[in-house]
Amino acid sequence: MSLGLYVHRTSALHAAPAGAKMLGLLGATTALLLFSSPPVLVTALAATLGLYALARLGPRELAFVPHLCAWVLLPLFVLQGVLSGWDTATRAVLRLAVLVLLAMLVSLTTRASDQIEALQRALRPLARFGVSPARLGLLLSLTLRFIPLLATWVHEVREAQRVRGLEHHPIAVLIPLLVKTLRTADALAEAIDARCFDAEDPP
Amino acid sequence: MKTRDLVHVALFAALVAALGLLPPLALPVIPVPITAQTLGVMLAGSTLGARKAGLALLLFHLLVAAGLPLLAGGHGGLAVYPGPTGGFFVGWVPAAFVIGALTERAWRRLSVPLAFAINVLGGIGVIYAVGIPWLAVSAGLPLTQAAWGTLLFVPGDCVKAALAASAAVTLKRAWPLLQAPRAAEPPSSPP
Repeated sequence: MSLGLYVHRTSALHAAPAGAKMLGLLGATTALLLFSSPPVLVTALAATLGLYALARLGPRELAFVPHLCAWVLLPLFVLQGVLSGWDTATRAVLRLAVLVLLAMLVSLTTRASDQIEALQRALRPLARFGVSPARLGLLLSLTLRFIPLLATWVHEVREAQRVRGLEHHPIAVLIPLLVKTLRTADALAEAIDARCFDAEDPP
Repeated sequence: MKTRDLVHVALFAALVAALGLLPPLALPVIPVPITAQTLGVMLAGSTLGARKAGLALLLFHLLVAAGLPLLAGGHGGLAVYPGPTGGFFVGWVPAAFVIGALTERAWRRLSVPLAFAINVLGGIGVIYAVGIPWLAVSAGLPLTQAAWGTLLFVPGDCVKAALAASAAVTLKRAWPLLQAPRAAEPPSSPP
């Protein structure tokens, strides 16, 4: 099972540091919420598409766009046009399109591991509230490891309950799943402790 | 926090993600398909308690923000946040915390109706309180219109709250994790 939206290319945008890209996105989002006149939005849209070209992302990576238009933008446009005028509708839909395209660009050009690292760095000031980088690293890697495993367990428990004719009984699936998760948590905690991981800060 | 608590946080973040991989459940009575992820939020709250559940959902947010497609339907990345449904997703963190806090408080006399009320308050009240204004701003809709539109999801969320409540009460008997209120964590463990 593969996780992540990253698409590899060699481009300046891919090489840029993850933190810078994420900060840029934050800045662009705020700016577009403050100034959303149609000329600004059209320029922003053109600039965003230019960035996609710069990152050498082609039509295949933009395959999510028709889906986005059909399920989010078009219904929103109609709803807003009817409720509050076509001018506002155009503006809101354009803004949303630019924001989603930009955010998607960051996800497409930055590895999940790099983004996690950047976030970890950004969250370092939280250390004084008891969130140590080592613990955060353990949490992130444990979660990533356990997502596919838990998905397998969901499947296994459902299969087991199907044999008993209980597959459509949600509680009969949830309880064994939760107990199995909690039991594994205990075993895992013991294993981590046995390897001398410092869960608590030294006094 | 003990190692066990850290592992609980990580495993429940993974559980919320794994529930998102399940195909959405289509019930005949309700027009909107039910995804299991908010169920994960409610389960985290009513199993782990306020602090750990809130942290588990924060961790889940961190992974989604980092670009992993963990939301139901394979959505993920920062694009989720400016989108119209971003607020419902952000609301999961306070929701898990509130459900956890209320469950801890009611732990001794936890029954299915009480747990259901807690899950409705946290899983519907809190999530919608964050999600509806967010939807209104993101989509440029008037607040009342945004609120009417989300009514469609209330029946499905009620089903999930009932499931989470019944699971929480069963789990209390099978594997109790929470302790009586205020009795948690002695200052130092005896030698």
